[in-house]
Amino acid sequence: MRFVDEFRDAGRARALAARIAERCRPGRQYTFMEVCGGHTHTIYKHGLEDLLPPEVNLVHGPGCPVCVIPMGRVDDAIHIARQPDVIMTSFGDMTRVPGGTGSFLDAKAAGADIRMVYSPLDALTIARANPDRRVVFMAIGFETTAPSTAMTVLRAAEQGVTNFSVFCNHVMIIPAIKAILDSPDFRLDGFIGPGHVSAVIGCEPYGFIAREYAKPLVVAGFEPIDILASVLMLLDQLAEDRCEVENQYARVVPWQGNRIALSAIGRVMRLRPHFEWRGLGFIAHSALAMSDEYAAFDAERVFDLPGVRVADPKPCQCGEVLKGVLKPWECKVFGTACTPETPIGTCMVSSEGACAAYYNFGRFDREQMHRAAGEASRA
Amino acid sequence: MNRERQVLARIERVRRRKPVVREELITLAHGAGGKATHTLIEAVFLEAFRNPLLEPLGDGALLAPAAERMAFTTDSFVVSPLFFPGGDIGDLAVNGTVNDLAMCGARPAHLSAGFILEEGFPVADLRRITASMAAAAEAAGVTIVTGDTKVVQRGKADGCYITTSGVGYVEQPVTLSAAGVRPGDAVIVSGSIGDHGAAVMLARDDYGIEASVASDTAPLHDIVAELLKALPEQVRTLRDATRGGVATVLNEVASASETAIVLREDAVPVRPEVTGICELLGLDPLYVACEGRFVAVVDGAHADQALDVLRGHPLGAGAAIIGSVAADPQGLVLLRTSFGGTRVVDVLVGDPLPRIC
Ligand code: SF4
Repeated sequence: MRFVDEFRDAGRARALAARIAERCRPGRQYTFMEVCGGHTHTIYKHGLEDLLPPEVNLVHGPGCPVCVIPMGRVDDAIHIARQPDVIMTSFGDMTRVPGGTGSFLDAKAAGADIRMVYSPLDALTIARANPDRRVVFMAIGFETTAPSTAMTVLRAAEQGVTNFSVFCNHVMIIPAIKAILDSPDFRLDGFIGPGHVSAVIGCEPYGFIAREYAKPLVVAGFEPIDILASVLMLLDQLAEDRCEVENQYARVVPWQGNRIALSAIGRVMRLRPHFEWRGLGFIAHSALAMSDEYAAFDAERVFDLPGVRVADPKPCQCGEVLKGVLKPWECKVFGTACTPETPIGTCMVSSEGACAAYYNFGRFDREQMHRAAGEASRA
Repeated sequence: MNRERQVLARIERVRRRKPVVREELITLAHGAGGKATHTLIEAVFLEAFRNPLLEPLGDGALLAPAAERMAFTTDSFVVSPLFFPGGDIGDLAVNGTVNDLAMCGARPAHLSAGFILEEGFPVADLRRITASMAAAAEAAGVTIVTGDTKVVQRGKADGCYITTSGVGYVEQPVTLSAAGVRPGDAVIVSGSIGDHGAAVMLARDDYGIEASVASDTAPLHDIVAELLKALPEQVRTLRDATRGGVATVLNEVASASETAIVLREDAVPVRPEVTGICELLGLDPLYVACEGRFVAVVDGAHADQALDVLRGHPLGAGAAIIGSVAADPQGLVLLRTSFGGTRVVDVLVGDPLPRIC
């Protein structure tokens, strides 16, 4: 755990914060988007906003795997889970995501066999242990989790497992960033790029952001120090009139990405012509489906799915939050009708969702807080 | 005639022999109330817990009150796995109730124990559990004076569940109440947090993580008695940080007292192994259960004295002042992170679910 501590050194953090403050041009505001929900979580969990000068404004991006699943897909998954011979397996965060007719947890309470797993391989193990049941893995996530889904399917094929399939909802980060860049409300000065995704896809795919949109991007790690260092790198670029893709997270992210992971995805999955993202609508070439060669493992072909598109609930402003146009607390139902216990939108479900992160960690008046901290340190 | 009498007498002698459980596994008969139930009670439970109040095996135990004020509490234990590094469901069931009584400022005295066993549960495991209950009871100076056993069909329970209730005597003139907490008070924890939860999660074996963490399960009545003896008026409230961990307990205190609790992250004692496990599982140690740690909110002016008392006890060697109470923002628990940032420490919603990436 040394490794972690090194990136949680308060002295280093303060030094970085001071350099960030120095780098800001007086009177100018800087708005950066952290694309990845993991970053959002770190920022709120460590209270990093308190260390940043008022000139630097962080907005949250679409990189939360659970947040972008549209309601219709949840309903389809529940439809599969309700088949009497099915065991549905899912990551924990996914189980509370509301569809049009409730969540996995609701379906489980009503009798569906839905089990939480930590990796798709666990789902395959369940399939092997239950040969008379059909076991489905609810695959979600960006390029971060797609390789492990792909490798699990390859393993299932190798082992000749026939009662296992994947309900594939893997999405890709680049089209989502592009959708944000093309959105009419776009007003960002740069991006804090996702760390885990980039470990798979590398840094090259972001090149167009610097070249065509003239915005800097720094791929960042997940420790508080990583995020502060990345903010400083972005400010440096702006101060020096540069606009590049830089890699702050080189200890984990190779510039070229991970060829083995990419080729596993390439073998098992294919690009969908379009896919619906919660709050963002349909985005072309933004998601993965199972390839024809592995059709036997494709839950969309194994099962008959209703495939009904469900419109997002009216009051829900997740789309604006996912694009960084609204701060979570600016949504009309934030914290009143929409809370972690009774989420209306998906951003309130996963701990990486911006609304949940803000509600859980950031829901207080900072001025009042600083007074309280002052009182506390005197006591 | 004579011969018949001899045979009958022999039968009586055999019937009076010490009962022995011959089965290796619990069957439904052990819960049916007949001979097998009696055998189980006498050979396993009475054997382990023997004391004068239990011995008559009546419908209940007759207690003579030893103080004017009594505390009464109950708790159920369904931990999985039943055995984990540092303890098992048995000592947990005793210590859990002992600690609930201790948090009321009471000297724990008598416990009841109710068992729900799954058909097919190994009798050897049951003996192991009752042996650790007996040891824990002895260590805590309590007796198990009444009990009950039910057996449910295979698949209707997960091995063994235990419910313990307990009574204790409040002998010190203390008034402990979360509502009495006020700005300026200090928040103290009696030792490193999250050990129990981390040990159980590792023992669950779902994760393939290797680390050496043992549960902190321990009876807290003695260390609490020391603290209350030293500072009978200055201790506002005591809470053992079991399910939901320190964070949950403090949220309850903040809302009951309509104050704000401000914690300092770098003051919260967490073992590096526990930090590591939580890191891997995406959990926050502040929410991970302890079974032998408690939180004390103490008048700020006496915080150091309270700390000295706690540190002077073997179960409080790792005690630390982790924060303090402020007036606003009411009902919230806040954490000053090691970086000088601030965040809310909220009550958890649902299970502490691990993050996926
Ligand atoms: S508060 Fe709820 S509905 Fe509004 S944006 Fe957040 S998650 Fe969506």
